[in-house]
Amino acid sequence: MPLSPLIEISTSEQIEQLQQGTITAVELTQAYLDCIATREAKVGAFLRVENQRALDQAAEVDKRRLKGETLGKLAGLPVAVKDVLCDKSTLTTCASRMLENFRPPYDSTVVAKLKMADAVLIGRTNMDEFAMGGSTENSAFQITRNPWDLDRAPGGSSGGSAACVAAEMAPLSIGTDTGGSIRQPAGLCGIVGLKPTYGRVSRFGLVAFASSLDQVGPLTRTTQDAALLLETIVGHDPRDSTSLDQPIPAYSKTIFEPVKGLRIGLVREHFAEGLASEVEAAVREAFRVYESLGATVKEVSLPHSKYAVATYYVIAPCEASSNLARYDGVHYGHRTDEAAMVAELAAERKALETAQDEVGLDRLDSTLVRMYKRSRSEGFGPEVKRRIMLGTYALSAGYYDAYYLKALQVRRLIRQDFDAAFGEVDLIAGPVTAQTAFKLGEMVEDPLSMYLVDLYTVSANLAGIPGISLPCGFDKSGLPIGLQLLAPPLEEERLLRGAYMFEQATEWHQRRPKW
Amino acid sequence: MAITRSDVEKVSLLARLQLSDAELDRLTVELAQIVEYVAHLSEVPTEGIEPMAHAVEVHNVFVVDEVLPSLPREAALANAPRHNERAFLVPPVLG
Repeated sequence: MPLSPLIEISTSEQIEQLQQGTITAVELTQAYLDCIATREAKVGAFLRVENQRALDQAAEVDKRRLKGETLGKLAGLPVAVKDVLCDKSTLTTCASRMLENFRPPYDSTVVAKLKMADAVLIGRTNMDEFAMGGSTENSAFQITRNPWDLDRAPGGSSGGSAACVAAEMAPLSIGTDTGGSIRQPAGLCGIVGLKPTYGRVSRFGLVAFASSLDQVGPLTRTTQDAALLLETIVGHDPRDSTSLDQPIPAYSKTIFEPVKGLRIGLVREHFAEGLASEVEAAVREAFRVYESLGATVKEVSLPHSKYAVATYYVIAPCEASSNLARYDGVHYGHRTDEAAMVAELAAERKALETAQDEVGLDRLDSTLVRMYKRSRSEGFGPEVKRRIMLGTYALSAGYYDAYYLKALQVRRLIRQDFDAAFGEVDLIAGPVTAQTAFKLGEMVEDPLSMYLVDLYTVSANLAGIPGISLPCGFDKSGLPIGLQLLAPPLEEERLLRGAYMFEQATEWHQRRPKW
Repeated sequence: MAITRSDVEKVSLLARLQLSDAELDRLTVELAQIVEYVAHLSEVPTEGIEPMAHAVEVHNVFVVDEVLPSLPREAALANAPRHNERAFLVPPVLG
C-alpha cells in the first residue's frame, strides 16, 4: 500500500492545509497511522500506538474547526510522547517492569500543554528504562531500531521519539534530555532535537531521573518545527519549583531572522582522540558553511570538559538513587508476590535457627525490608540497578565529600568555562557524538564505554544551558552525522535562529531513510 | 580504594536491592571500573569553589498559601498493589 504524500510535506504546510480545510485532522492522523502500520514492525519506536484516541482527538479538532472555534497551535498535528511524561488518559511505564501498569492520576504540564494546543497524541515512545542509557536497549519491553540501518541503535534514551520522526511515523515528538538523551538520538537518527535551558520547561509530571539535570524538549524534522513545539511546551509553572519565570520569545516567528555578526565558537577540546574522521570532517565543513554566511569562527577552550562525563556519572546516579527510592512496592508500581516472599523469609529464618547463627538472625531482613528489596529487584532492569548502586555508594557515609560534593564543585567550574567562552562567542558548535550510530548490542556488555558516548552532550546539562542537534552530513555508510550548537542560558531564540541559518544553507535535513 | 564484594553487598542493602551472587560479582567489577573513572575528579583543585546544585539558581520560591483540592483518595489508591479503599496495605510489620 503506497503511503500518503501528506506525511512528506512540511509541518507548516500541514498546518496551512488543515487551516484552509484542504485536509482534515482525521486524514492527516490516518496517514501517520498507516505509516506506523507499515514501518513500526521494523522500527519498534512505539510502546503503544494510541490509534483510537488519536482518531477521536483528530475528529474533535475537525468538528471544532468546522464550527469556527479558535484552535490551539498544534491543532490536528500528531505528536508522539516519550513514555516518561504522565498522561492520565493512558499508561506511563518509563519502559520499566516497575511501572508496567501505572496509570497516572494527573497529566504532566507538558502533556497538558499539548492537549491545550489541540495536538493529536498518537502514541507513547520507547526509551531506555527510566531514561537511563544511550541506546534505548535498556527498555524492559522492546528494542528500537535506527531507521537508517535497522541493525543499528537509534541512540537514547529518547530513541523511540527520534526513530518515529526519522521514520515519518509522526511529524513531531517529545523527549527528555538528562545527559544528551534528546540531542544524541536526534543526531544518530538525522533529525533535530533541542534541549532547553534547565527550568524552561516544567518538570511537573515528568518521572524524575536526575532532577537537577532533566529537561523536556522537542524532536522534529526541522528547526522550524522545533521552534513551534518548544513554544508550545515552555513556560513558568508554579508546580515545579525550579521552573523559570522568564519572558518567552515567539520562537516560531523569530527563527527566520539570521543572527547578525554571528560569532561561532569552536571548542579546542572537541577535536581530540576518538572523534571519527568523517564526523570531524562534517563538523569542520559546518564551520565553513557558517563562515560563508558571514559568521566568524573563533577558537574557545572549555578546559574542564574532560571531567564532564565523570562529573555527570556522579551527580546523575546520586540523584537517581534518591529519586528511585520511591519505588517501594507500596504506593504504586510492582510489588513482589507476598506469599513467596514470606515463605522465603521463613525458610531463611529456619536455616539460621538450625545453624544457631545469631549474627545471621540478627541481620535477617524484616518483612517490609524484604518486600522492598524483592519488589525493586524484580521491577528494575540491570542498568537502573547499576545506577542506583553507584549513586547509593557515592552518597553513603564517608564518600559524600569525595564524590558528590566534589562533582558539584567541578560542575561549577564547567559552567564557568561556558560563561567565559560565551563572553567571546554567541554560539558554540561541535559534534553531538564522536561516532555515527553503533550496532545494536555493541555496547550492552560495557557500561563505561556506553557512558563515554555522552562526552559531547553532558556538559550542557551540567551547565544548564540550551543545546540543539541538527543534521550536518552522512558518513560513507549512509548514517547521519549531527551538529551540536550550544547557547548561553535562556538563549533558545538565538540557538534556533543560528540553527535555522545552517539548515537553510544545507540540504541534510531533507534526506529520509529508504524503505 | 578498590570496591570489594562486601562493599557492594552493604550498598545493596542500603539501596534495598536483592542481588543474586552473579549480580554481586558483576557489579563489583563494573562499579570498581566506574568509580576508578570518576575518581579522576580528585585531580581538579576545587578549594573554595561553591558547589553548584542547580544550573540556573532560583532562590526563595514562594506560593500563595491557599487551600487547593488535593488528589482524591480513590485516585491516590488506584495504582496501589494492595489497598482497602482507605489505606495502602503492606505485609505485617510486627510479630
